[in-house]
Amino acid sequence: MLDAGPTPLVRVRDLKMHFPIYAGLFRRRVGEVKAVDGVSFDVMEGETLGLVGESGCGKSTCGRAVLRLYDITSGEIAIDGREIGDVPQPRLRDMRPTMQMVFQDPQASLNPRMTVEAIIKEPLDEHTTLSETEKREKVGELMDAVGLNRKFAKRYPHAFSGGQRQRIGIARALALNPKFIVCDEPIAALDVSIQAQVVNLLEDLQEQFGLTYLFISHDLSMVRHIATRVAVMYLGKVVELAPREALYSDPLHPYTKALLSAVPEPDPALATNKERIILQGDVPSPSNPPKGCNFCTRCPAVIPICREREPDTREVKPGQFVACHLYSE
Amino acid sequence: MTEQTAQTVPTASAEKQRNQWLDVWDQFKTHKGAVFGLFFLIFITLFCLAGPWIWNIDPGDLDIRNKDVRPIYTVIWDSNAKVSWARPMGTDNLGRDIMANIMQGGRISLAVGWTAMILAIVIGTAIGVTAGYFRRLDGLLMRFTDLVLALPLLPLLLVMMLLFRDPLRAAFGPEQGIFILIVTGIGITSWMQTARIVRGDVMALKEREFVLAARSIGTPARRMITRHLLPNVLSPIMVSATLGLATAIITESALSFLGLGFPSDFPTWGKILFDNVDRMTAFPERVIWPGLAISLTVLSVNYIGDGLRDALDPRIRGL
Repeated sequence: MLDAGPTPLVRVRDLKMHFPIYAGLFRRRVGEVKAVDGVSFDVMEGETLGLVGESGCGKSTCGRAVLRLYDITSGEIAIDGREIGDVPQPRLRDMRPTMQMVFQDPQASLNPRMTVEAIIKEPLDEHTTLSETEKREKVGELMDAVGLNRKFAKRYPHAFSGGQRQRIGIARALALNPKFIVCDEPIAALDVSIQAQVVNLLEDLQEQFGLTYLFISHDLSMVRHIATRVAVMYLGKVVELAPREALYSDPLHPYTKALLSAVPEPDPALATNKERIILQGDVPSPSNPPKGCNFCTRCPAVIPICREREPDTREVKPGQFVACHLYSE
Repeated sequence: MTEQTAQTVPTASAEKQRNQWLDVWDQFKTHKGAVFGLFFLIFITLFCLAGPWIWNIDPGDLDIRNKDVRPIYTVIWDSNAKVSWARPMGTDNLGRDIMANIMQGGRISLAVGWTAMILAIVIGTAIGVTAGYFRRLDGLLMRFTDLVLALPLLPLLLVMMLLFRDPLRAAFGPEQGIFILIVTGIGITSWMQTARIVRGDVMALKEREFVLAARSIGTPARRMITRHLLPNVLSPIMVSATLGLATAIITESALSFLGLGFPSDFPTWGKILFDNVDRMTAFPERVIWPGLAISLTVLSVNYIGDGLRDALDPRIRGL
């Protein structure tokens, strides 16, 4: 039901990523953290799917699991027509150039002992047979593409500002001409002026190289700027997936409504009469999610069935999918 | 393509020519202790290696008539002292030349120290990295490390000496055989600290995002270790290496003292020291010189390690 229209570049079905919890004297498995619990979505070629949600809802884990940086618990992931959900890690190696990742913390994602050139060259070393001079030239081109001075190639990451480091990370992700890039909160660690630069750079590169992004963020306004469709996650599940405009103008799921009401309104006149939905309580533990709908403990519009049965995801409006009992008639 | 870039940005290509090791050397030079240590180490190594060619007196040569000669500087305060220009550092109670002994002893001590240290570091790093990186092997390897750590070191070495001395002597000759035995003995009983430190650091590094980034590129485990993990655990390895050299020289001395190291006519710094401990008050120079050689070598290696660690860290190097 989800895959209407052209064939998607990335197709994720019922992805589950559970981390085991070991405890006690004998390190027995006592439970699991259901970081991602049955997520399905498609990403069309050339589009940007925004993935939003509050901290700890499983966005990053979902992004990493899609690239198979983790061994997933269950589910199907198809990228560029190839199923990678259950392929063992060594055999994934030749798929790696197609899918790359930009990381959240530009400081931590660059090896402090490697020069910028060595960092950007690493994917080329691993997957191409270019000569040293060709690689160096390619690194130069990539640095030009992300707006870094070629003269800085021999410097180390600590000598750069946060925004520049993020550009290095983007250059590395671009080195192998990937089709699909997971941007794992690429702007969360940057200040606002640099955020705009990096997001614009990502957009320019998307146009230039025909990239497809899975853009993970908790910054709703930034996602509104860059994404074509947006998926909202809560406690390991996608609660709503809709085209950008539909989601921002007419959110359906109560959680999305609450989330959007938290976005600050720049116009003070409007801000005073803006209705703010404040959720009560805390996010339940992902190791012990509530029975029924995950959101039933905090939902302002909870009805008895929410505590009994898990809602199915259904297409309420064209292209707008919601997992909520309020819309199940 | 190189021509083109060379024409457009000549400064950039000129900068690229600069060797990274030159930067390392520049930073190393700023550490005064390390430079001093390096000079002393070169000096002591040359003293031991090239010295016997210039000062060609057989260290084992007994010259009973000239026994107990005091070093030449003793005349400054004691004009009646038995001194001789032919024996500038004096002789011992059997008339052996002390300077020749220190040269010969230094060769052995340095060789044992370096080889045993390198062996210990290689084993320790290999086990530490494997245990830290491959979670499946962690329990097994670390329990093995604990096992070796719990063994009493000296009795173990003594048993090793007793068991393997004769077969090794037969296979490699008396000196070579003992050398191999002592070096492996010290090496395989002193890698545990390194292994533990390296394991801990690797486990912490493994969770860093740049390792995840390398995994998303598809870097296989062996290159992950050589490219991302080892350069980042260099500092603790360097520290335990410098400490390891000192321990190795001292352990060798202890073994020689117990009569289980090299044969009695075979000098090492530790053995010269221990041979003369009982007459230390009468002839302090016999203890001071080898003791000084050991401590200064260890100190200089410590300083070199310190300087090298700073020089290899790009953050401190300021690049």
